[in-house]
Amino acid sequence: MEVKVHKAAMRTTVQDLGRRGFLSQGVPIGGAMDPFALRVANLMVGNGENAPGLEILLSGPELEFGRDCWIAACGARFENIPAWRPLRVAAGERIRFGERIEGCRCYLAISGGIRADRVLGGAGTYLRGGFGGFHGRALRDGDVLVVADALRVPTDHWGIDERMLPKYSKEGLVRVVEGSHAADFGDNFYAGRYRVTPRSDRMGIRLEGHRLERSAAAQLLSSAVAPGTVQVPPDGDPIVLMADAQTLGGYPRAAHVVTVDLPLMAQLAPGDWMRFAKIGLAEAHGILKTQHRQLGLLRQGVAAKMRSA
Amino acid sequence: MKLEPLGDSAVVATLEGQVDAALLARVTGLARAIGASAARGIMDVVPAYSSVTVFYDPLHVAEPGDDAYARVCGVIESCAAQAAAGPEPEGRLVEIPVCYGGLHGPDLDHVAAQCGLTQAEVVALHWGASYLVHAIGFTPGFPYLGGLPAQLSTPRRDRPREKVAPGSVGIGGSQTGVYPLASPGGWQIIGCTPLALFDARREHAALLAPGDRVLFKPITQAQFESWK
Repeated sequence: MEVKVHKAAMRTTVQDLGRRGFLSQGVPIGGAMDPFALRVANLMVGNGENAPGLEILLSGPELEFGRDCWIAACGARFENIPAWRPLRVAAGERIRFGERIEGCRCYLAISGGIRADRVLGGAGTYLRGGFGGFHGRALRDGDVLVVADALRVPTDHWGIDERMLPKYSKEGLVRVVEGSHAADFGDNFYAGRYRVTPRSDRMGIRLEGHRLERSAAAQLLSSAVAPGTVQVPPDGDPIVLMADAQTLGGYPRAAHVVTVDLPLMAQLAPGDWMRFAKIGLAEAHGILKTQHRQLGLLRQGVAAKMRSA
Repeated sequence: MKLEPLGDSAVVATLEGQVDAALLARVTGLARAIGASAARGIMDVVPAYSSVTVFYDPLHVAEPGDDAYARVCGVIESCAAQAAAGPEPEGRLVEIPVCYGGLHGPDLDHVAAQCGLTQAEVVALHWGASYLVHAIGFTPGFPYLGGLPAQLSTPRRDRPREKVAPGSVGIGGSQTGVYPLASPGGWQIIGCTPLALFDARREHAALLAPGDRVLFKPITQAQFESWK
C-alpha cells in the first residue's frame, strides 16, 4: 500500500526503536525519541513493536491512504486525530492533523508498518548521517511511503487503560540518577527550573533559565555518553542528550534521565518548563520493570483484540 | 579500575594511568574481552582513551531479583582479570592517502603562517608522524588521533564552516582528525582523503578502531581524482 504525503509538516521522520551494537563506531542508537509511544502505537494496529512509524514534530502532516487500513497516533495529541487508540482509515481517505494540543512528538503507526531503509540493524532515520528511514532524510511534500501488508488488524475501535498513559506537563518533573560530576553542581542542579529552548533537536534538548556553575575546573577526557545524559558545557546551560546523541562527550555529567522518563523529556516542547528529581539506581530499575510488566499486559490485551488480516 | 554507573543502562570502567599507547592497549583489551564474553543483556561496549563503557539492558542482564548493575560490574571485573592475563591486543596499521593543500586543504596556508613554517614543512611534519586512534565517536567513524607534532598545533577557526567535505583532514588545537561525513566543523582543513572513513553499507562501517595506528601518505590531485 502507498501513503501519499501531501504536507510533510515541520519535521516528520520514519523511526523505529533504534540500532544497537554500533556505538563503538560512533553510530548513535537513534530511533524514536519517545519509544513508549511508538511501541503502544504499533501494538494498537497489530504491528511488531519495532515496526517503523512516523515521528511527527510539533506540527502534523496531511496524508492520503491508498487502501483501507488502521492507524494509531500516540504521544503528542493533535486536533482531529484521537490519540492512543486504533483508527480505521478508508482507501482514498486523507487525514489532516489539526493544532497541537499537548506534547511535542506524535508517533503514527500504520497497520503493516512503513517499509524503510534498514541500515546497521535499524530502520530509524539518522539525519546527520543521512541514512536509514526514508532515504536518510525527513519527509517532504509529495513523498510516497510504502506500507507492508498487515498480518493482523484490530477487530474494532477500542482504547487503552488511561492509567497506563504518561502524564505530559508544561511543568514536567523528570527523574534522574546522579552523574559522575553531580558533586560539582550540588543541590543547585535540583533547585533549578529549566525551560526547553527551540535549539533542541534529536541530539539533545537544550535547557535554559537556571545556569549552573561547576565547582571543579579539571578538563575531562572524552568518554561514552548516552541518551539521558545531562551534560553541562562551560556556559552552564544543561543539555539533555537524546536519541541521536553523539557517542562520546567531554563535558561534565550532572545526572542521567532514567529510561522510563526519556519519553517525558521527548514530549517537552520549546517553551515548556521542567525540573529534575533524583532517584536511586535500584528505583530506576524498579520502575523500568513495572513499565515492562504493564507493556506485557497491554500486549496480551491487544492480542485478544486482533484478527488475521 | 574504577566502576561507576552511567545512567540506569550503562557502567563505565575507568583505568588508571597516563593517556598513552600502553593504557590504550589495556582499554582495547578489556573492551574485546567484554565483547567476546557474550554475556547476556550486554548491548554495546565503547572504549575511549582511558575508559570502557558497557551498555546493558536492565531487564535482561540479570535473573529477576538480581541487581543488574552488580551483575554487569561482575562481568567487567572477570573480563579485566582475563584480559590482564592474555596478550596485549595489537592495533592495525592503516595508511590514509591525503591530498594536501589547494582546494582540498583551504587552511594549509593559514596553518603554515600560524606555525611559522612553509606549507611544504607543515605537510612533511603532518605525514611524517605516526598517529594512534584513542577513540571513535563524536560523529560516525570520527577518529580521535593522538600524535600531532607540537609544532603544528593551531587554534580552531573563529567561525566554524557550515559544511566540511567528507574526508577532510583537519587540525584543531593539538589534535588532528578526519571528518568522515559532511558536517559543520571548526578545525583548520589542510587536506582531504579519498578513503571513506565511514560507510554504513560496509560490514565494518567505521574504517578505524581504537588502538589502530594511522600513517598519512601524501598523494597528488590526479591520484586523488582517480582513487578507486
